Amino acid sequence: MAHALNAGLRACLEEDPKVVLIGEDIGRLGGVFRVTDGLREDFSDERVVTSPLGEAGIVGSAIGLAMAGYRPVCEIQFDGFVFPAMNQITTQLAKYRHRSEGRISLPVVIRIPVGGGIGAIEHHSESPEAYFAHTPGLRVLCPSTSQDAYDLLGQAIRCDDPVIFLEPKRSYWSKGEVDPEAPAVGMDRARVVRPGDALTLVTYGALVPVALKAAAVLAEEGRQVEVVDLRSLSPIDDDTVVESVRRTGRLVIAHEASQTGGIGGELAARVQARAFYDLEAPVLRVTGYDTPYPASRLEEDWLPNVDRLLEACDASLKH
Amino acid sequence: MTAEPTEPWSVLDPTGTLRVDDRVPAGADALDLWAAYRDMVLSRRVDTEAIALQRQGELGLWPSMLGQEGAQVGAGSALRPRDVVFPTYREHAVAWCAGVDPVQLLGLFRGTTLGGWDPRDRNFHLYTLVIGAQTLHAVGYAMGVVRDGDVGTGDPDRDRAVLAFLGDGALSEGETNEAFAWAAVQNLPVVFFCQNNQWAISAPFSVQSRVPAATRASGFGFPGVRVDGNDVIACHAVAREALERARSGGGPTLVEAVTYRRNPHTTSDDDLRYRTGAVNDDWAARDPVDRLRALLTGGAGPPGVNDFLADLGREEEELAERLRAGCRALPVPHPGDPFLHTLERMPRDLERQRDEHLAFVAGGQGDRS
Repeated sequence: MAHALNAGLRACLEEDPKVVLIGEDIGRLGGVFRVTDGLREDFSDERVVTSPLGEAGIVGSAIGLAMAGYRPVCEIQFDGFVFPAMNQITTQLAKYRHRSEGRISLPVVIRIPVGGGIGAIEHHSESPEAYFAHTPGLRVLCPSTSQDAYDLLGQAIRCDDPVIFLEPKRSYWSKGEVDPEAPAVGMDRARVVRPGDALTLVTYGALVPVALKAAAVLAEEGRQVEVVDLRSLSPIDDDTVVESVRRTGRLVIAHEASQTGGIGGELAARVQARAFYDLEAPVLRVTGYDTPYPASRLEEDWLPNVDRLLEACDASLKH
Repeated sequence: MTAEPTEPWSVLDPTGTLRVDDRVPAGADALDLWAAYRDMVLSRRVDTEAIALQRQGELGLWPSMLGQEGAQVGAGSALRPRDVVFPTYREHAVAWCAGVDPVQLLGLFRGTTLGGWDPRDRNFHLYTLVIGAQTLHAVGYAMGVVRDGDVGTGDPDRDRAVLAFLGDGALSEGETNEAFAWAAVQNLPVVFFCQNNQWAISAPFSVQSRVPAATRASGFGFPGVRVDGNDVIACHAVAREALERARSGGGPTLVEAVTYRRNPHTTSDDDLRYRTGAVNDDWAARDPVDRLRALLTGGAGPPGVNDFLADLGREEEELAERLRAGCRALPVPHPGDPFLHTLERMPRDLERQRDEHLAFVAGGQGDRS
């Protein structure tokens, strides 16, 4: 997936001279995950800016660049380091289009590697998506495949809205074909990645392949689970989820982020409001717990995994 | 270690006596003192009327700039049309100099809008209430100016500078210090104009800094200039030089205009809980408008001075009337307006929320409450 993102950035830099990348260590080093590898050499220091170390500065200056007509793509080095930029993101970036009554849009993309499962130290495995999804004026995207990473990143950069682009870091090394010419799914649409009729299993990012494994196990037992990849966490495509639940009657939602106030709770509320009489079982969530992200020796059991998903699916199917 | 306190540079003293100094632009470059006086008087009237409108319940709040007109008109009159301004929320006289309709300043404080004007019309961005946040926007904008090639060409119609305003309180914000660092290492065409008005609500300058604000610039690696903020001629000279350095590729400057906020922080503040009326009176005696008036009308005054002042008085009254009428005529927003422009295209779920809200507002309240 890292290569797909690199190709996506390259394509946008070639297509639009106003695209500027800005972030810590993204020049010579190519970023700590090498997503910007080789771009500085091919597009100059002016367009691939190794920034001073300061996340508020990265986002704040990206806002100014956007006001001057540029399309900045920020890289925040790790999920846990985005918080110094939260003031700029929530009070400035998210509101300016509205405050200017639609006159000025800020086409800023903020790329953030997110999530755990790579044995990292503190602050390097967080899932901060709910903070952003809770903020009106932002789009929040999270791809799960290389093709989606390529497509969604291009759509995010071309879009006039500010976009928080969450890259599931344990998927950086997952392999997948990318066809730049393939027709892209709309960026605010969820996608059914495995059809089924027994239960709807909704997730996003690094948990999509985990959900597919769980669905494969259940299929061997004769139960066809429909897996939905949300892709866009704000706005949420609840139409696709509700349509699925109307057919299956059961819903399990999974995310790495802690439970309270998460995307899962929001989706559950929407589904029960719109499809209450189609539900055969309570909506269940499989999530990270309401604790600080654990020391990495504990993360394998702390993170939602195939077994925890299977348990939740079994519980739902028993109703 | 503390730096030696630097006396703010001044050429026009509180009695209206002008000292000859090479740094004051002369000839065709000289500040038009009559125009500057007019700008200070009329922008002060905007401030005075806005306070009155708040007292009458027409505005929810107003942050007065009384006493800071010298700093603001000095800086504002040094702008060229292609320069870009990032204000705080107190730059009413700079907005005046940039040509923003003062009626449009009132909307934010009347509760009819969260913005009020098109920032592109006058290159004057929206007021920023979160302290220091705009300094980084100025830095980013200046990065864009560099990439556009609009610095150091020598073409006065092309070269641009970015002018960011901040107060003494903002010096303590991390974002301001990031902005200084970024502007320095990239040698950006930005001028940070700090009006040190001595008070961040109730916190005196000594809470923010052990050294004069201008002293900090050297640690970041660019010039810092300390100027008498109540001397419009000195402020103009300093701002002009800094903006010209920025446009020509010479990089950033921090200007510290030492002035005084003579009114409470806003109409909701009670400044006598943290400072004395005697100090306020002391600063009133150093008023920027009075000292320029003393210079212009010194002795018998030049021919025509009485006509000029009479015309200005009439202009003030017309402006005040226009503000009062304009304030009351500001359009009340529609209940559907909060839903607009959050994203480029309204998401389906937000459409549902809007429809629900509009149905409620249209009379769905019923008779149960």
